[in-house]
Amino acid sequence: MSDVQILTGNQAAAHAVKLCKVQVISAYPITPSTPVTETISQWVERGELKAEYIRVESEHSVMTVCISASTVGARTFTSTSSHGLLYMHEQLHWAAGSRLPVVLACVNRGVGAPWSIFNDQQDSIAQRDTGWIQIYCRDNQEILDSLIQAYRIAEQVYCPVMVCYDGFILSHTMMPVAIPDADKVCRFLPPYRPHTILCPEDPRNINPVIFPWQRRDAEGVLRGGYMDLRWKLQHALEGSRDVIVETCRSFAEEFGRDHGGMLWAYRADDAEILLASMGSLATEATVAVDLLRQQGIRAGLVGIRVYRPFPRQEVREAFRGATAIVVFEKDISYGYEGALCSDIKASLYGTGIKPPIHNFIAGLGGRDVKAGELAEAVRSSLVAIATGEKEKQTWLNCMTE
Amino acid sequence: MAEEKDDNLSAMCKPAAGEAGNTGDWRDATPVLDHAKCIASIKNRPACYLCWLYCPEGIVTAGVPIEIDMTYCKGCGICAEECPAKAITMVMHEEGKP
Repeated sequence: MSDVQILTGNQAAAHAVKLCKVQVISAYPITPSTPVTETISQWVERGELKAEYIRVESEHSVMTVCISASTVGARTFTSTSSHGLLYMHEQLHWAAGSRLPVVLACVNRGVGAPWSIFNDQQDSIAQRDTGWIQIYCRDNQEILDSLIQAYRIAEQVYCPVMVCYDGFILSHTMMPVAIPDADKVCRFLPPYRPHTILCPEDPRNINPVIFPWQRRDAEGVLRGGYMDLRWKLQHALEGSRDVIVETCRSFAEEFGRDHGGMLWAYRADDAEILLASMGSLATEATVAVDLLRQQGIRAGLVGIRVYRPFPRQEVREAFRGATAIVVFEKDISYGYEGALCSDIKASLYGTGIKPPIHNFIAGLGGRDVKAGELAEAVRSSLVAIATGEKEKQTWLNCMTE
Repeated sequence: MAEEKDDNLSAMCKPAAGEAGNTGDWRDATPVLDHAKCIASIKNRPACYLCWLYCPEGIVTAGVPIEIDMTYCKGCGICAEECPAKAITMVMHEEGKP
């Protein structure tokens, strides 16, 4: 039986960690992610979760602890936000390159300068190219469910997974969350088997200096050079798509909740104009779609759930019939456009799907975004498209003079 | 016979001599040992072995006499620096010669 409780997003994340019987947790507190590991540390202290809780002096060391523990076969977890995630950056690459199934909850927050503790997705988007799978959640239930799925995905494809959710909007907001039965989660999530068993009788040099060329080891086996190993990571990330979809489907069968695999759609079947977004902004956009429909505009929404690997094929399917696309996102690739918008455009290249695509940068540093404002933005885009503007970037609710 | 496939997901190897290649070809100075000064050789029993202890490559064999494996010696000169009897001299290679 699942047990419904009223939980914040951070509490939902902590419950997932407990259900997954994570063995090593390391964290350094940072707003708004702190309550996740604060909650877990209390359970560890009381003996309710049999795990090592390792306190260190920085996020860089946090990820190093996760890497080490994962290398010797422990299921590991950490959570962080913003500058904490950026401080981990080097070790994020190291975790992915070592092919370790570390799971991290990124509670999305803007990045300084200037200081902001408030929400946007610049922190995790800036980690896009570290080789981590990234999942963006739209509500607290999805946080809990995605973290459980994250371990099953990570431990199958040997890639780390970042489960991202919006700071404060989800992390500190309470919603009813169904907590699945612990035994059922155990059955869904088999024990972690590391890709290499380390023991004193069979020692290994891990991640030694690797040369540009392929080379025979002392036993005569031709080993890949740096580039060959990078290809394996790229191949694994691309291949993880099938595992993510299968995991989501079998989770739905077991627990009755389907979060959509790579992406999800809302009132998109007969839609002419399609909105696109990620995380809680996509949740907000569902309300905007309803408002637009009330005004006689055939709108729909595509919520990107998995940003890496990017759902190239699913995006092509989802936007096939669109006469216009409006992308809302809480990040900016400075000097160009929103990262999500770029990726959607790129995946449509050469397919014959070429509607106008407008990009709205919204909610940076916690600036409020209301559903009515999103609907108004879409209407303004439709006017601009009617006058021939195929491409447009707008900063929503922002002084741009 | 088919070539054995490299199925490692990440970079790793079993610790073995030569895992980083024949590092001896990195060398531009060679340690030359004078057994008349080496403490182990003079005493004719295991003794001193600071060269063995300090060698970062682990290519000094602590025997009587000691041996340095030139296939892997990178010529760093730490053994010569640490030798209390000054039994090891680093001899620079001539320009362009191994």
